[in-house]
Amino acid sequence: MSTSTNAIEALANQEYKYGFVTEVDADTIPRGLNEDVIRMISAKKKEPEFMLEWRLRAYRHWAKLETAEAEPTWANLTYPPIDYQDIVYYSAPKPKKKLNSLDEVDPAVLQTFEKLGIPLEEQKVLTGVAVDAVFDSVSVATTFKEKLAELGIIFCSFSEAVQNHPDLVQKYLGSVVPYTDNFFAALNSAVFSDGSFCYVPKGVRCPMELSTYFRINAADTGQFERTLIIADEAAYVSYLEGCTAPMRDSNQLHAAVVELVAHDNATIKYATIQNWYPGDKEGKGGIYNFVTKRGKCLGKNSHISWTQVETGSAITWKYPGCILQGDNSVGEFYSVALTNNYQQADTGTKMIHIGKNTKSTIVSKGISAGHGQNTYRGMVKILKGARGARNYTQCDSLLIGDKCGAHTFPYIEVRNATAQMEHEASTSKIGEDQIFYCNQRGISKEDAVSLIVSGFCKQVFRELPMEFAVEAQKLLSVSLEGSVG
Amino acid sequence: MLEIKNLRVKVGNHEILKGVNLTVKAGEIHSIMGPNGSGKSTLAQVLAGREAYAVTGGEVIYQGRNLLEMAPEERACEGVFLAFQYPVEIPGVGNTYFLKAALNAIRKHRGLEELDAMDFLTLAKEKMKLLEMDDRLLTRSVNEGFSGGEKKRNEIFQMAVLEPRLSILDETDSGLDIDALRIVANGVNALRSSERAILVVTHYQRLLNYIIPDYVHVLVDGRIVKSGGKELALELEARGYAWVEAEAQAATAATA
Repeated sequence: MSTSTNAIEALANQEYKYGFVTEVDADTIPRGLNEDVIRMISAKKKEPEFMLEWRLRAYRHWAKLETAEAEPTWANLTYPPIDYQDIVYYSAPKPKKKLNSLDEVDPAVLQTFEKLGIPLEEQKVLTGVAVDAVFDSVSVATTFKEKLAELGIIFCSFSEAVQNHPDLVQKYLGSVVPYTDNFFAALNSAVFSDGSFCYVPKGVRCPMELSTYFRINAADTGQFERTLIIADEAAYVSYLEGCTAPMRDSNQLHAAVVELVAHDNATIKYATIQNWYPGDKEGKGGIYNFVTKRGKCLGKNSHISWTQVETGSAITWKYPGCILQGDNSVGEFYSVALTNNYQQADTGTKMIHIGKNTKSTIVSKGISAGHGQNTYRGMVKILKGARGARNYTQCDSLLIGDKCGAHTFPYIEVRNATAQMEHEASTSKIGEDQIFYCNQRGISKEDAVSLIVSGFCKQVFRELPMEFAVEAQKLLSVSLEGSVG
Repeated sequence: MLEIKNLRVKVGNHEILKGVNLTVKAGEIHSIMGPNGSGKSTLAQVLAGREAYAVTGGEVIYQGRNLLEMAPEERACEGVFLAFQYPVEIPGVGNTYFLKAALNAIRKHRGLEELDAMDFLTLAKEKMKLLEMDDRLLTRSVNEGFSGGEKKRNEIFQMAVLEPRLSILDETDSGLDIDALRIVANGVNALRSSERAILVVTHYQRLLNYIIPDYVHVLVDGRIVKSGGKELALELEARGYAWVEAEAQAATAATA
C-alpha cells in the first residue's frame, strides 16, 4: 500500500551477488547410475568389502524406489523432476585454481567477507589464495589433529575412517539412518563421496569446537556428503558444519546424510550454517538440498542438540531429528530458516520419544521474504513406553512483504497418557509501525529490518557457539540486504 | 526552528489538516490541544515523517530546510523526536541495544564518534535515574511486556538519551498515573534549554501543570483556531472545547 511496503519488496528483491563458481574437470566418471558405477566409486576409494556390499544394497533399494516413482512428493515444494541418470556421481575433489593474492578475488566477494567479519587469512583459504606459512591450513589441521589424538578423539574424513577405523564405521554406519529410511538417504548411501567422521571416547570432553578446522575445509565438500559422529559414554562434542561465506557449487543436487550417536551421559551439539547458492531473482539455478540428519540418544541421560541457520539453497528439504531411546535423554532443535526471492524451504524436525522421562524442545523460526515459501514440518511421537515424556514446541514465522508464504505442519502422536505436550505457534509480519519506530529513532530501514529479524531469531542464535552467533546475525542482514529503501 | 505554513494533509480521501500554521522558536514549549479527531496526532505523525499521510499543500521548514522532503530517519538524525502515543514493541531486541543503535546512528550522521557499550551504559544509567526507571527495563525487549506507563516513561528515557532539538510528545500523559506524570514531566523539563523546542500534544491540561508551555494552541477540525498563553489551557480545562468551536464557526461565518 505505501512506500514502506514497496521498500520491503525492494529488500526482498536483492540479488545474490557473491559466490564462486568452481570449475569441475578431470577425475570424474560418466553420467548415470548403475551397479557398475557403485563398484567404481567403491573401488576408487579402495573400500573394504563390507562398504561395497552396503552401497550395493542401498543402491538396489533406491533403484526399486526410483522405478516405483517413490521419490517423496509430500513436501510443500515444487521443482522440476530430477533426472538421476543425468548426474555425475563421482568426482574427486580438485584443488581450486590458486590465486596469488586477494587482489585477484572479485571485490564483491571480499565485501561480503568483510560484512560477515571473516578473518583475512580465512578469506584467503576460502577463495583459494595461496596461504603463507603462518596460516597453512595443513599445518593448522595437523596441530589440531595431534591435540585431539592425545585425547583419543578420532576426527577425520569419512574415507580415512573407512580405511583406518573400519570396525567403528561398520558398527555405526546406517545405525541411525538406515539406507531404507528414505529415497534420498538410499541414494546417499549408495554413492556418498566423503564427509566427516568423529569418535569421542568414554569420558572425554572435546576441548574445542570442531569448527575452525572444518570450516576451512568445508569449501570443498562434495555433493553426497556423509557424516558420522559418535560420543561414547559421558563424552562431549560440539560440532559446526558449514560456513557463513557464500558457497556456489556446480552440483545442483545435494543429498547428505548425518548420523549422530550419543551413549550414556554423552552430549552432542551439532550446528549448521548453510549459505549455498539460492538461485537468481527469477528462481533459476540454485541448489536442491535434500538432507537426512538424525541423532540417536542411545544411552540414558544422553543429549543431542541440533541448531541450524539456513539461508541458502533454492530448495531445502531437511528434518534433523532425535530418537530419544535412552531414559532421561534430551533432544533439541533450534532452527532459523530464511527464504527470499523464489527459495523454498520445507524443514523441521522429528522427535521420537522411546525412553522414560525423555524431553524434547523445538524452537523454529521461519523468515520469508520476496516470493519465498517457508514450511515448518515437525513430528513429535511419544511411544507407549515413554512414561513422563515432555515436549515443548514453538514455531514462529515472520513475513517480509506480501508475496511470500509461511506454512506449519505439526504432527503430534501420543501413545502414553503421562506425556506433556506444549505447542505454540505464531505468524507475524514486520510491521510498518515497527520500521517507522526505528526510523524515527534514526535507524535506517535496512538496519531496522535486520534489527527486527535478529530479535526474532535471538532464541536460536544464543544456542550457537559465540563467534558463529555473531556471524549468523550478520549473515541474515547480508541475505536481506538492499531489500528496503 | 520550526515553521508550519498552511499545511494540508489527507488520509485516503479524507482531509484531516486543513491549513495549519504554527511557528516554534528555539527555547519554546508549545502545546497543541483539541478535541478527539481534531488532527493533533496527525500533525505529530506528519512532522515525524509517517508515510501513511499525504501532504496535499503547504510547507514545513525545520532549521531552514524543507522537512517534508526528508526521510523519517534523516529527520531523527537532524534532531526531530516523536514520543509515540502507542510505543511499538520489538520482540527479542534489547532495549539498550536498540537505543545504542539509535544513538550511534544519530552520532554518525552528525560526524561524531560512536559510543562503545561501556560509555553508552554509563549515559543510559544516568538518564534512567532521571526517570526513576527500573534497571530491568534496560535488558528487556523494546517495549515488550511493558505496562502502559512503562512504555511512556521509556519514550521519555529515549528522548533524554538522544537529546533531540525538537521533541514532539504525542499524548504522552495518557495512561500515566499522577506519580508517573510528575516523573515524566521532570524528564521533559530537564531537556528544556534555549537550543531546544518542545511540542506537547495533549487532550488534558493536567500535564501542563508540570510542563509549563509558553504557548497553547487549540486545534479544531484541522485548523488552529485559537492561540494563547498557558492560561488558555486552564480555561479549556474549565469550559471544555465547545465554546472555542463555536467561536471558530462564528469567525469562519463572519469572513465568509
